[in-house]
This record gives sequence, C-alpha cells and structure tokens, in this order.
Amino acid sequence: MLMMPDPTLYPSAKLAMQAPPERLAYVALLNADAGGRDALAVVDVDAASATYGSVTGRVDMPNAGDELHHFGWNACSAALCPYAPHPHIERRYLIVPGLRSSRIHIIDTKPDPAQPRIVRVIEPADLINRTGYTRPHTTHCGPNDIYMSALGSANGDGPGGIFLMDHDTFDVLGRWEVDRGPQFFAYDFWWHLGYDVLVSSEWGTPNMIEAGLDPKLLLDGKYGHHMHFWDLRRRKHLQSVDLGAEQQMVLELRPSHDPTKAYGFVGVVISLKDLSSSIWVWYREDGTWNVRKVIEIPAEPADPEQLPDLLKSFSAVPPLVTDIDLSLDDRFLYVSCWGTGEMRQYDVSDPFSPLLVGSVRIGGIAQSTPHPKQPSTPLTGGPQMVEVSRDGRRVYFTNSLYRAWDDQFYHRGLSSWMVKLDVDPNGGIAFDSKFFVEFDGHRAHQVRLQGGDASSDSYCYP
Amino acid sequence: MWVVLFLLGCYHGVNPAMGWLFAVALGLQERSTRAVAAAIVPIAIGHVASVAVIVFVALSAARTLPHPAVRLAASLLLIGFGVYRLARTRHPRWVGMRVGFGGLIVWGFLMASAHGAGLMLLPFVVPASPMAMDASMSMSMPMAMPPASASLGMGVSIVAVHSLGYLLVTTVVALVVYRWFGLKLLRTAWFNVDLVWSVALIAAGLFALAT
Repeated sequence: MLMMPDPTLYPSAKLAMQAPPERLAYVALLNADAGGRDALAVVDVDAASATYGSVTGRVDMPNAGDELHHFGWNACSAALCPYAPHPHIERRYLIVPGLRSSRIHIIDTKPDPAQPRIVRVIEPADLINRTGYTRPHTTHCGPNDIYMSALGSANGDGPGGIFLMDHDTFDVLGRWEVDRGPQFFAYDFWWHLGYDVLVSSEWGTPNMIEAGLDPKLLLDGKYGHHMHFWDLRRRKHLQSVDLGAEQQMVLELRPSHDPTKAYGFVGVVISLKDLSSSIWVWYREDGTWNVRKVIEIPAEPADPEQLPDLLKSFSAVPPLVTDIDLSLDDRFLYVSCWGTGEMRQYDVSDPFSPLLVGSVRIGGIAQSTPHPKQPSTPLTGGPQMVEVSRDGRRVYFTNSLYRAWDDQFYHRGLSSWMVKLDVDPNGGIAFDSKFFVEFDGHRAHQVRLQGGDASSDSYCYP
Repeated sequence: MWVVLFLLGCYHGVNPAMGWLFAVALGLQERSTRAVAAAIVPIAIGHVASVAVIVFVALSAARTLPHPAVRLAASLLLIGFGVYRLARTRHPRWVGMRVGFGGLIVWGFLMASAHGAGLMLLPFVVPASPMAMDASMSMSMPMAMPPASASLGMGVSIVAVHSLGYLLVTTVVALVVYRWFGLKLLRTAWFNVDLVWSVALIAAGLFALAT
C-alpha cells in the first residue's frame, strides 16, 4: 500500500492526457504452434532507447494452449471514484486470461517493469466452480473490483457473461449478473461510470467460434447482433438493442471517456447485405438507449485467386473491422480493417458525423502492403488490436485476430508484426518507419502500455 | 476534551472517504456548486447518525455496566478495529454515481461506521474514571449520580461538537477543491488517510487503556 496515490491514476481523462510518454508496451503473444506455450512480451517503445522497437523481455506461460488475447490491470484510475475510493492501491499486476484454456495468469510488473513475472495462476476448474463461466475475454479494472467477461459456459455453450475478481487477493468472486434478462452471447463490455450503466456486446458461444468462423451460422445471421445495457449498481439487465440480424458480430465497445457523456462507439464485423463493416453510436435519449450507424466501410473487389475459400465466391475482401479505439479526449476514433489491411482515423468530435481524417495501409488479405522499414516485403495479417497512448500522440497495433480465424482468412499463413503510428494533433496518421517489431514463432494480439492507455482506464470525474 | 472532540471532527472532515470527495464528484457531474452543497447535507446526516449510535450505546453501557469493564472493552475494540483496518482495507461495493438523498445518507452512515468514526470518540465518551465523567457533566448537570437525562445531554453535546468540526471542514474542503484547486489536487495531496486513520484508532485505544 502506498502513502500517496499511485502516480498513474488520474481523476479524469483530461488529466491523464498530460501523462508522460510510455516507455514499455506489454503484448500478448499466441504461440504460432498450437501445441506451444503463449507468452507476454515486453516491447521497448522509448524512442530515446538503444533497443527502441524491439522485444526486450518475455514471460512464457506455464501451460500450452492458453490463447492469450486481451488483458488488463489490477487497478486503474477508477480506483479514485468517490463512492469507493482506494487511491493507494498500486497499478502493478496484469490480469492475463487464456481465451481458450480459461486459465487466468496474474503477472507482477514490479519491481522491474521490464522483467515481469507470474505470481499466481487461477486454473479453469476454479473459474468454472465459482462462476460457471469459461473463455474469459475482456478485463476492466472497476471502481470496486476487477470485472471480466467470459464467452460461455463449461460445455462451450451459453450464456456467457461477466464475473468479478477481488483486486487485492485476485480470488474469483463469482458471477456479476443478478438478472441477465434476454442476454445470451457475450464479448466485450465497458461502462458509463457517471450513469451507473454497463454496456455489453455479442460475438458467439465458444462452440460457434473455436473451430473457425462457421459460414452457415454466419449466413443464417446466428452470430451476435445485439447490444445490452445494464444497471451497473444493481447488476440488472435494462435494455437490449438489436442492430439487425444482418449486422453480424457486434464487438468492441468504446464509451466516451467523459463520465458526464452518455454515448459511445461499437464496431460491427460484417454486414450480410454487402460484406461491409460499420461503426455505430449508442446514445441515451429520454432515458432509453438508441443506436445509429455513423460509419460504413465497404468491401473491396479482389481477384478470387488471392482469396481464401470462404471469400472466393464473393470476389471481394470484407474490411472485417475487429477493433476500434477512442483517444482520451474523445476526439479521434481508430478503426482496424483487418481484412482490407487499413487503419483509419476518424475525427468524432461530433459523434454523429465522423470525418475520415487519416488512413494508412499495411498487410491485407489481397494487398499484402509492406511497412516503410521493409518496403519490398509483402506482409500478411492486417491492422487488428489497436492501442492509443494517453496523450493521443502515438498509436500501436498488431496483426493477429484469433488462431482459427487467422488461418481461415490469411490462409497462406500469418507472420506477426507490431507497428506504430505518429499522430498529427490536428488529424492525420503516419508510420514511424523505425518501429517494426516482428515476432518469430508467435502471433501478437493485444497491446497494453505501461502506466495505462486509451482502453485501460475509466474515470469518475469529467 | 471539547477541543479534542472538535478537532477529531475536523480530522474526519478532511478524510476524502468521509464525504467531501463524493460531493465534489457529484458537483462536477452536474457542473454546479449547488450540487456540491446539496450532497454534503445527506452525507453529513449519515455520518452524524453513525457517530451518534456509537456514542449513545457507549454512554448507556457506561451507565449500567461496571465502568472499568466498559473502558477496557472500548479500548480493545478500538485497537482491534485499527489493526483490522490496517490489515484489510475495504470499501463499499453497492453504490454508484447516481445516488439520491436517501442513498447518500446510507452511504455517509456506512462509510463512517466502516471507518470506525464513532469508535474514535470512545475514550472521551467513557473517560478515564467515573469521577472525570461526573466532573465534565457537572458543567451542565451539577449532580453526583447522573440520571439518564444527563447522559443524554452529554451524548448530544459530544455528537454536536464533533459534528460541527466535521461539517465545517468537509464543506470548506469540498467547496475549495471544487471551486479553486480542481481535480489535480487529488493526485498530489491525497495522502493515505486510511493508514493514518488506523494508527489513530489504535492510538486512541492505547490511550484509553493506559489512562
């Protein structure tokens, strides 16, 4: 316990933007060999360092087959929330779940942040006994506990949901929901702390995704297409909003970082109508939650020879928007088009009329665009997990989605990389030509920045 | 004794977990100074109620049970609670930012109770010797064996003096932070009150035990 608040905790997103630049990034690594052990990499992102843009440390998981995916901190700025303040907790431990194994690793980043180590492993049986859930996905440090979503039940069906972990002991406390209403699918979740509202989204049950995207289920509109709104305090389902059965897979949720604002952005992977991806705004009006489509990104025509079996008959590459991220000032929304190999930057100062202000291309199913550091090497994979620095000046992203789906869409193989963009404060993005990290034998997924980033913390003060 | 009670009230008022921080946050949510002030009222009612419960329970115990036993029990309670709070820092898990008047009363009551705000006053409620209690009471009630009404008057005075200090400081801190210092203060000036608090509880217990 500290005598003064952890310096990485900020009352508001506005203050967090004044944080010093990050020096380290933690990256979840999936072993390219399905029988191998996954790892957490430490990447040097300090531009003044001799090892800038390289992997300087790695923690191997104790077991094989975890499928590391998303992860988060034990504590963050939400610890300053006035109704349950505990500002002298340390942002210190990374909570790293295995999406396939349902095993949760607690990794200590102190005393040496460059050499983290595993201090506790919660086995799948423990998680199942205490919650009934499996396949833990998103983790958020809440005002009181650690919240984590899980895709399904022990047998791989639904319902998926949310469970709680104690932020001091890391014990799994149990299911979060008191009344789940009609909610069945789970995926991402976040909240509007100023409104005591939790928002959740839908992918599919483990049985619907683990063997790869099932074209039959997809064409029948069976994957998730709802958003759910919950009373965060009473743990009750309040409202479902249907985006329409043709809007398949409603994934990443990015609420405004300002707790007085009641809107946010959600990405939809694919429309059955035209293979487009879309971004929707959710907002509150007269006490009810509504959604509106504000961005539509079309599929791009392509030579069927270049395409995996799944896409050959369409002669087109869908953008497959699978991650989005919102800068702390709620101004820029970053959109990863994993299929077409494009990272887009939108100015969302007016959330209902976004302006496309930046775009870079790298990888892509049909295009295989190279990185400026190796301009003649075609790249596989495309922009996927994206993370924005607290000051909004740097953007990092990696190229692997999920093992079975990587193999389906990047059928000729996926070798993994991580890149960085520099952001013009007035809009516009460009590659940092010095920053190109390759992961031999692993595939990189989520990036977390030392001290916090644009998707790690939530704030109770405007 | 009255000065110390007042100062303890001030000390409780400084603790962000005792209300001013919540009031500031609610003010920021509504963007109004009025909202800050409006939140302090119910929180203070809750705090005062929590302290009053402890004070009156202790006073009636002191009237009916052997004095040294009550004194010892109070000391041990204080020390035990302080040690517990050092070992385990908990915070409420049921509240949120959307709270009404009633919710804030309950919050203030629970936070004060969970932190042992009333317990900290015990050494003064159950003074070192029965004579001391009589002496301090004789200021208002010149009687050798105090009746129930005297004990009531004593309790009301203790709670009132303590609450005055608490309310004054909470209100001033909340308004000053809201109007002038802003949120940055939270990062630099929020020392670990809980730790000091636990030590204060133990110290109060030891003091009561020793005297």
